[in-house]
Amino acid sequence: MTNNRQDLNRQLAQMLKGGVIMDVTTPEQARIAEEAGACAVMALERIPADIRAAGGVSRMSDPKMIRGIQEAVSIPVMAKCRIGHIAEAQILQAIEIDYIDESEVLSPADNIYHIDKTKFDVPFVCGAKNLGEALRRIAEGATMIRTKGEPGTGDVVQAVSHMRLMQSEIRRLVSMSEDELFEAAKQLQAPYELVRFVHENGKLPVVNFAAGGVATPADAALMMQLGAEGVFVGSGIFKSGNPAKRAAAIVQAVTNYQDAKLLAELSEDLGEAMVGINEQEIELLMAERGK
Amino acid sequence: MNIAVLALQGAFIEHEQMLQRLGVETFEIRQLRDWQHPKDGLILPGGESTVQMRLLSQLGLLEPIRQAIIGGLPVFGTCAGMILLSADHLGTMDFRVRRNAYGRQLGSFHTIHHVEGIGDEVPMTFIRAPYIEEVLSGDCQVMAEVDGHIVAARQGRQMATAFHPELDEDTRLHQYFIDIVKKTAV
Repeated sequence: MTNNRQDLNRQLAQMLKGGVIMDVTTPEQARIAEEAGACAVMALERIPADIRAAGGVSRMSDPKMIRGIQEAVSIPVMAKCRIGHIAEAQILQAIEIDYIDESEVLSPADNIYHIDKTKFDVPFVCGAKNLGEALRRIAEGATMIRTKGEPGTGDVVQAVSHMRLMQSEIRRLVSMSEDELFEAAKQLQAPYELVRFVHENGKLPVVNFAAGGVATPADAALMMQLGAEGVFVGSGIFKSGNPAKRAAAIVQAVTNYQDAKLLAELSEDLGEAMVGINEQEIELLMAERGK
Repeated sequence: MNIAVLALQGAFIEHEQMLQRLGVETFEIRQLRDWQHPKDGLILPGGESTVQMRLLSQLGLLEPIRQAIIGGLPVFGTCAGMILLSADHLGTMDFRVRRNAYGRQLGSFHTIHHVEGIGDEVPMTFIRAPYIEEVLSGDCQVMAEVDGHIVAARQGRQMATAFHPELDEDTRLHQYFIDIVKKTAV
């Protein structure tokens, strides 16, 4: 049955493709996100920009707050647990969350081990900066991957470099001869079977989204053009001047990411974008958590 | 034969791959200008029906698609696609659906079942799936019932499944749709 659940969980991610998953902190925001066309929402007490500002230890959200959001919308609801925090993940499974994000945005609970996600019935999405990280998370049972980006900054530079790196590492594996794959697996620190899958199929065995720093329709279109299959938008929406309008524009930008004329229209009059922090200005690189 | 696949959001590539394996050409509908291409049939894929409905209306695609289906364009909707065809949305098929009828992701399941007109042992993958709650006219024929709930139906040149044949290896449902399209073309 474990394999069957893994398949079903990968398949839910397939249904999210071409969509935008939005961070929300209240039922009201969740309704705005659903109305704007979010394909799922991420329920959390504080969006990454505020987590960054507040500092201190950041944990799983209050289950009551997550339940409130589950009741408010009909689309899938995701929530974050700390890296390696098995008990938080069990709690999220108990409230029938649709997807758990084992996330570097929260403070890691374990500096060495990630959660053995094959032991759970609910699906997990995990962040990855490169192909090796992605394949290690998939081996642990993640059924969806996202770039780590640098959450809460409104700066897309990290998400771009993670996505570009992953795509170029995939192309490199595809071009290898079969007898080179064993050494490639060693270098990537990833299971040979998964390395072989990428070699044969030219893609990850699970859906791959972009996350971290996406703040505008143009950012979303950029990530799609670089090979993302969909986009997470965190602080970018509800830290901006007109969340509903910006959210709807980002949704449309993901569908028609290659139509620059339409993107120009979508980018008009969105009000103020989130202020953002440049990569060099931040002290805490969340993407370095959990490798 | 050229079949249009609605590609606003969801698992549309899986349908394209399935049809291409059966030797059928496909193209994607992402906006109104794509809709101008000549087409022999239309696929409405799985995904989130709320997102797809919203994009259909924002992009001005809702009414042209509705009119084309009423005009006899063969259409096949899976999961969210079935919701789009139902009475409360495009309204071209005479049934009402219950969304997320099996609950959250923990309620998603895979089974094998008989489908009328297709045969036995059809694999069925249900992902946060709907089912048909009520058939509203005799024109709409039930093709499959699982645990007392209607999960597949046909009405003239329209067909809908609550499950995702595009996610399994069995090509019979897509072939069945292609046969409807062929008969229409003649």
